[in-house]
Amino acid sequence: MSALTFAAQDSATMLWREIKHSIRLLRLLIVSAILVPVVMLLLFDYILGGTLGHGLGDVARGAPYIDYLVPGILVMTIAGGCGPTAINVSMDITGGFVDRIRAMAVVRGALLAGHVGVSVLRMLVASAAVTAVALLLGFRPKASVGDWFAVVGIVAAFSFALAWLSAAIGLVTKSVAGANGSTLPLSFLLPFLSSTFVPADSMPVGVRWFAANQPFTPVVDSLRGLLTGAPVGSTPYLALAWCAAIALVGYLWAQAAFRRA
Amino acid sequence: MNAVIKQQTDAAVSATALRKSYGKKVVLDGVDLTIGKGQVFALLGPNGAGKTTIVRILSTLIPAEAGTATVMGYDLRAEAGAVRGVIGVTGQFSSVDDLLTGEENLLLVGRLLHLPASERQARASELLERFELFEAARHTPATYSGGMKRRLDLAMTLMGQPRLIFLDEPTTGLDPRSRQTMWQIIRELVHEGVTILLTTQYLEEADHLADRIAVLDHGRIVAEGTPEELKRRIPGAHIRLRFADSASLAEAARLIPEGTRDDEQLELRVPNERGIRPLRDVVARIGDHVAVEDLSIHTPDLDDVFFAVTGSASKDKSQ
Repeated sequence: MSALTFAAQDSATMLWREIKHSIRLLRLLIVSAILVPVVMLLLFDYILGGTLGHGLGDVARGAPYIDYLVPGILVMTIAGGCGPTAINVSMDITGGFVDRIRAMAVVRGALLAGHVGVSVLRMLVASAAVTAVALLLGFRPKASVGDWFAVVGIVAAFSFALAWLSAAIGLVTKSVAGANGSTLPLSFLLPFLSSTFVPADSMPVGVRWFAANQPFTPVVDSLRGLLTGAPVGSTPYLALAWCAAIALVGYLWAQAAFRRA
Repeated sequence: MNAVIKQQTDAAVSATALRKSYGKKVVLDGVDLTIGKGQVFALLGPNGAGKTTIVRILSTLIPAEAGTATVMGYDLRAEAGAVRGVIGVTGQFSSVDDLLTGEENLLLVGRLLHLPASERQARASELLERFELFEAARHTPATYSGGMKRRLDLAMTLMGQPRLIFLDEPTTGLDPRSRQTMWQIIRELVHEGVTILLTTQYLEEADHLADRIAVLDHGRIVAEGTPEELKRRIPGAHIRLRFADSASLAEAARLIPEGTRDDEQLELRVPNERGIRPLRDVVARIGDHVAVEDLSIHTPDLDDVFFAVTGSASKDKSQ
């Protein structure tokens, strides 16, 4: 068998292992990956949505706040998958599993490939579930079939990028608790400091520049534009460029950290 | 000349001048090691002596800074992949996947070894049966005892039918019964012709299992030989008698002149061979004349080995 076959086979095995893990932890994952974003959706739509919707003014283009909110909640759903991924990677490193596979003729990159693959899968499933709930709550997207494909593409690219970054974080943090804590800026802080809930323009001056120029904003803006049928211009390309850059940095960082770990 | 060549071809492990340090701390300071095929070789030493580092180097997990080694005839550096194909490692920390069932753990290793599905299943079932894990096969290790977890860990190592197995402290933390089971398993493996390198802190364990023992201290091998050879260097077992006052001690010392007096501890140490005859003899000679406060039987342990070969106790050394 060729080296490539082995690489594919070992990656598939690790993917199988991670899928088994996800099934064993299904209840926990449903709560953290789907229920938490749904609660955020409810909170922001029903409790804060009245005022926020009014404040949007022309930006909302006459649509209810939920149409503005859902793309942001989608990004939060994806970012919420960072914690579990970093934790799973960290658990393998701190336990003896990595030592076992390193003393075997297992293809080096297979373990991380499995983690990242299933991480993306979890983020996509969660995004689909949250979208379904949003539709039930009154979210009315105006996207064409082509727009939907673009939405799925951006969601997948962003998931892939954050999954590699989370894997690297899981490798460099020395403990499982540390891995979880270190992803909080990704899953909590950055979404708030972007156009996830309100436009970056509406923020205080110091934060405004950061919010307008950090990667979450073009991702949210592209999804929002595509889903609400507004013109998006070149924003999706900017979003994809950010995804590619984050994925590359995360990948290289993770590979280097895995060699050292 | 012939003997040298023969030794090389028969060696499962042959290492010369292995060195490793972490920062300024030297962990291995020039270790030479030759392990014959089919042997059980024990690395005996306290925590921090470098046992695990040797295992990690020889199992390709970390590189040595200096020195050369061949494992089952393959060069450790140049042919690491081939080495991995013939060895099995059961480390100090459990590598059991806690979210997979016992059977799934074995099948996972089987997949990573690229075994065909039918062989994977057959081998997993065989190992579950052999290690008395059949009933636990469909449960996750969360429900296992320490001994069961350790057996599953070893079973995972055996999925690949390795020719050389590294066992890093295989019985540390196990209850006496689980330890006996583990010893039995190790003996069976040897019977099948597998070479074993095990590390242990217990002289008793090395004595029971090993053909050869190397005593490790501060990254150096300070003594090596068969268990018999090593034990000959250790002062033998003895009976300890403790007394309430020095008058009683003096009287007992007069009755048993071969004993060694320790006036500070108010103890008399009488050399003791195996069996209860010497003990009965000592008790009879003291009779009712002297009141003995306490009697204990001391068998040589790691501390005695250390004292004999390094001139200081292992507990001080490990700090």
